[in-house]
Amino acid sequence: MRRWNGRMTAMFLCGLAVLFLAAVTAAGWGVSEEALVTDFSRKNLGPGVPYLFGTDWLGRDMFLRTLTGLSMSIRIGILAAGVSSVLALFLGTLAATMGKAADAAVTWIIDLVMGIPHILLLILISCALGKGFRGVVVGVALTHWTSLARVIRGEVMQLKEALYIQAARKLGVGTWEIAWKHMFPHLFPQFLVGLILTFPHAILHEAGITFLGFGLSPEQPAIGIILSESMKYLAMGRWWLALFPGLFLVCTVVLFDVAGEGLRRLLDPGSAHV
Amino acid sequence: MEKKKVILDIRNVSVSFEQYERGFRKRKLPVIRSLDVTVHEGEMVAVVGSSGSGKSLLAHGILGILPYNASMSGEMLYDGAPLTKERQKALRGSEIALVPQSVAFLDPLMKIGPQIRKGKKDRASRERLNDIFRGYHLKEEVQEQYPFELSGGMNRRVLVSTALMGSPRLVIADEPTPGLHMDMVRRVMGHFRELADRGAGVLLITHDLEQALQVADRVVVFYSGMTVEDASVQDFQREETLRHPYTRALWRAMPENGLQFLPGTQPYVKDLPEGCPFGPRCEACTEECRREIPVRELRGGSVRCVHAT
Amino acid sequence: MVLEANHITFQYKNTNRGDKKHILYDFSLRIGSRERVGIAAPSGFGKTTFCKILAGYERPDRGEVLLDGKPLEAYGGCCPVQMIWQYPEQVVNPRLRMRRVLQEGDGIEAYILQGLGIQEDWLNRYPAELSGGELQRFCIARALGKRTRFLLADEISTMLDLITQSQIWNFLVEEVERREIGLLAVSHSMPLLEHVCTRIRCLEEVSS
Repeated sequence: MRRWNGRMTAMFLCGLAVLFLAAVTAAGWGVSEEALVTDFSRKNLGPGVPYLFGTDWLGRDMFLRTLTGLSMSIRIGILAAGVSSVLALFLGTLAATMGKAADAAVTWIIDLVMGIPHILLLILISCALGKGFRGVVVGVALTHWTSLARVIRGEVMQLKEALYIQAARKLGVGTWEIAWKHMFPHLFPQFLVGLILTFPHAILHEAGITFLGFGLSPEQPAIGIILSESMKYLAMGRWWLALFPGLFLVCTVVLFDVAGEGLRRLLDPGSAHV
Repeated sequence: MEKKKVILDIRNVSVSFEQYERGFRKRKLPVIRSLDVTVHEGEMVAVVGSSGSGKSLLAHGILGILPYNASMSGEMLYDGAPLTKERQKALRGSEIALVPQSVAFLDPLMKIGPQIRKGKKDRASRERLNDIFRGYHLKEEVQEQYPFELSGGMNRRVLVSTALMGSPRLVIADEPTPGLHMDMVRRVMGHFRELADRGAGVLLITHDLEQALQVADRVVVFYSGMTVEDASVQDFQREETLRHPYTRALWRAMPENGLQFLPGTQPYVKDLPEGCPFGPRCEACTEECRREIPVRELRGGSVRCVHAT
Repeated sequence: MVLEANHITFQYKNTNRGDKKHILYDFSLRIGSRERVGIAAPSGFGKTTFCKILAGYERPDRGEVLLDGKPLEAYGGCCPVQMIWQYPEQVVNPRLRMRRVLQEGDGIEAYILQGLGIQEDWLNRYPAELSGGELQRFCIARALGKRTRFLLADEISTMLDLITQSQIWNFLVEEVERREIGLLAVSHSMPLLEHVCTRIRCLEEVSS
């Protein structure tokens, strides 16, 4: 048996987080029908058996609703973060390689997007696109790419000047080959870590604007909807309606963060050998 | 001759790295396996080894600034007492000065002048700095600039100035001159020599034997993580006075001595041979060389070779 | 073939303060295929800059570099003038294995690897797992592709130990002689240049 070491811990945490998130996503998808079932014979039950998280004022199972909501949030998060990171990769590379004008334009857009408070811009975009699934995804995607784009721009600029890239050019290596063989291996770890660390932001913002009523429509059991609906019932002492969905939202966000940090630790030479 | 006081005594020191291989296997890489160096007051000792042989780790080990995945064992005595973590911390920058290999050791957010004077603003230290800078062709306005505004060579001269500012008792210079022009190298080396002549101990870590021979008193030859010979500079005037076959090969490889070469390369730390690391390249290698070889005194120096006479 | 640099002038523009410094002023040099030219120059002479201009990494402000009468850009693909640098770790991508680094060269033959003492097992390593001397051997091998006609060696053994230095130079001299590759060697060490070169050009510092 090999000795347990830092790399194993990082991998283990990373794997566990991914596994849990995948399970929640799949489970939520599977029970989305059941989560909508109303049954007045079992309304307003507290947490216990068989309804772990209790039921709400329409007799819906809160456990199933939480799962479905989280699943929805994670799917939106992955989609939005994915689009956002690809956008960052594209614009960052564009800025670094296509000359001064392109660089100035991209930098200006970055500053612009960063200058407006996230949530405000998000609400504007979401509303402009008629809210709903599409509005949220586009809104989150368009507001979360800036910092990663900056990182990638800097990295590409540095790579462009690297002597080994210049030397490769002199040896007759083509532009695409340089991009693929020389630059991609440097950018990929940055990109991956950036991507994963965007997930929790995307999820929180999705929940945030949905809670405020600018996101998903009320018939979709998203965490934001669940939380805003249960606000009315908190005063009546039905604490479970908000506690469990909220707690699980926090857990999800933390787990994504754990996965991203674990990956960063494995990839960053400054900590890879702990 | 009166025996000078030993200021730094390093005995059988080893430094190893913990590293991951592919997957989860963690492995210890013994970069320095057995290193012995002593530095007396007023003496300049050069540790000479090829690049990538782990010489810099020696400097970092003495100062207690090894990277996070390195560990060290063996005995280090400074001024007769063991060099503990607390002492390293207290001595670093005051009694022991480091001239590091990389200009990345300068604080990028601090102006050059205050950085070297360590915040001191009195007249004496200002004038001292001006003097040093004049000697290195650095204009006074450089003190008001940040490291990124200077060229590589200028930053390197700034690093050397840092060591000259105080009055260190031990200077550790880790490859202090790459990228500098020849006359600047001579000047820098001259300053280290001067520090030694004024009573400080100087430990010069370098790959450049020819440079070391110009200024140092003694040369410690480093091969595959081990010290193989400790010789005075005079011993290098002729091949016969040298002790270890590797040192002799170095001597023959000097352009003045015919640029003769010896085939093969230093073994990689992961697959070191048993016993003498130089064995596979040595003509005189015998069965005895495959065992562990102790350092022994020979003709006023020391050598790690069973055949040397 | 002849590599010639005609009336090269080069200055660095220090954008920070707007001042300009001449690195090279009206400098000319001709190298023939069977020549090994050494350059020994005092401080302040832009030896590395000159090599970079000759190899096409930098453009001179004035003057031209011609290979057999044609500008370097006229030769597509692998450049016939190859440069070997002082710090090999800067010219090798840290994330590529050495085998792939070598593949970038223009058809490097096996005898070159043998002559430089490159061992089979090094090909599977990453640059960080090799010493400076071992890496430099790869850089030299990579520059000795089929179409290489001129080699520029900028202080290539300054950072190496004496034995590696002599191994490398003994091989290089033999190889360029056999293949009639012209060589420009820059070094601060006069004894080395005297040993290696067929002629040595000493330079004076640029005033202004």
